[in-house]
Amino acid sequence: MKISVTINNKPAEFDVMPDEYLADSLRRYGYLSIRKGCDTGSCGLCTVWLDDKPILSCSVLSMRAMGKQITTIEGVKEEAKECAQYLVGEGAEQCGFCSPGLIMTILAMKRELVNPTEQDIVHYLNGNLCRCTGYVGQLRAVKKYLGVE
Amino acid sequence: MITIKDYALPDTLEEAYNLLNKKRSNTVLGGGAFLRLGSKKIGTAIDLSKLMLDAIEETDEFIEIGAMVTFRQVETDPVLKKFANGILSQAVKNIVGVQLRNIATVGATVYSRYGFSDFITALLALDTKVLLHKRGLMRLDEFLADGAKNDILVKVIINKTGRKAAFNMMRNSQSDYAILNVAVSRLADDWKVIIGARPHRAAIAYEASKYLSGSDLTGESVQQAATIASKELSFGTNIKGSREYRRKISTALVKRAVLEVLA
Ligand SMILES: Cc1cc2nc3c(=O)[nH]c(=O)nc-3n(C[C@H](O)[C@H](O)[C@H](O)COP(=O)(O)OP(=O)(O)OC[C@H]3O[C@@H](n4cnc5c(N)ncnc54)[C@H](O)[C@@H]3O)c2cc1C
Repeated sequence: MKISVTINNKPAEFDVMPDEYLADSLRRYGYLSIRKGCDTGSCGLCTVWLDDKPILSCSVLSMRAMGKQITTIEGVKEEAKECAQYLVGEGAEQCGFCSPGLIMTILAMKRELVNPTEQDIVHYLNGNLCRCTGYVGQLRAVKKYLGVE
Repeated sequence: MITIKDYALPDTLEEAYNLLNKKRSNTVLGGGAFLRLGSKKIGTAIDLSKLMLDAIEETDEFIEIGAMVTFRQVETDPVLKKFANGILSQAVKNIVGVQLRNIATVGATVYSRYGFSDFITALLALDTKVLLHKRGLMRLDEFLADGAKNDILVKVIINKTGRKAAFNMMRNSQSDYAILNVAVSRLADDWKVIIGARPHRAAIAYEASKYLSGSDLTGESVQQAATIASKELSFGTNIKGSREYRRKISTALVKRAVLEVLA
């Protein structure tokens, strides 16, 4: 089935199966930043934005993206690079497999929350698992990136 | 893994209903997050996206939550954040992460009557009805007991009676399923005590509710109500916790919720 979408601000047409999930379609079309971790809706690695909201692309049918705006990390490269520098600076990156999903959630949080507290940050990032670093370095990095004391 | 042969976006509820009842394998889609964990062979997936069921609306008497409203909408909606001490927002805010809450829908959750559901426990403490396309309006407790086969949940309707309420739960980690959840509400002398994730479906603890409604609400009677609740409902064992453990913590969670309502 053909669906029209806007991906990273450019119009595109995807040919998808009715039972295909967005993570698979995006990877098939070359958006390889999308990682499949748990594939059960629990780890946050496949996070992209659908109409500016962070979602798990492993759990949304591709058909649901019809007529919508998809944003992957490729579409917010500069901002993502800046955010990643903070993670690197705090030693909060190791294998890097979870980084695209984590950064997409951090950038979504930056847009959605005004003056978040440490508790707000932890709550917003609850759905992003990292098996290398623990979360202390990540939290330090995010707080610095957002300018939270 | 699920499979889907065809995909339909009906223009009316009647069209969606007829399609659902045309073939046993036809299936309504909510967010699709839970369905994908199974292995259903779906004929036609019925997407309700065109039916404008994604709004939370407040009138003088009611709050109406459309079937396609997501848990993130419930969590962040300014009306729901305040209504009944914000228990609906509180109940959903620990369900996995913000990304899943942007997908999971109210209609799918309530229609499926999941035992583990945090949202259903909170809804049951309020004066809630569900609107089904064919069956029409049903009280939530009746719907939870009987279900409604091959129907479509259109919206959840909550009467703004002015209940004070509290929600409590126990989880091993923040985004895990609840081992137990509890909601308590009070409207003048009328109390409701609800326990869910037992792991059975949420249920009203009628005896405890009745006891509280006629009690002097001292520390002793609150403790007594919590004990009654833990004895009158059945508890079970699964990977999250044993029957005995659930029964034990139910007393503490009910007591805490009652005290929160009284505060
Ligand atoms: C990884 C994961 C973890 C979770 N953890 C928790 C948790 O800790 N606590 C908790 O309370 N919940 C939890 N949930 C459940 C979640 O909150 C939702 O209840 C669940 O995902 C169903 O919502 P959905 O929109 O994804 O449903 P779908 O997968 O779309 O549908 C589920 C079922 O409902 C039917 N359906 C959908 N909409 C309607 C309708 N309007 N009328 C009739 N039938 C309908 C579908 O046909 C299907 O049978 C979790 C879910 C996942 C995937």
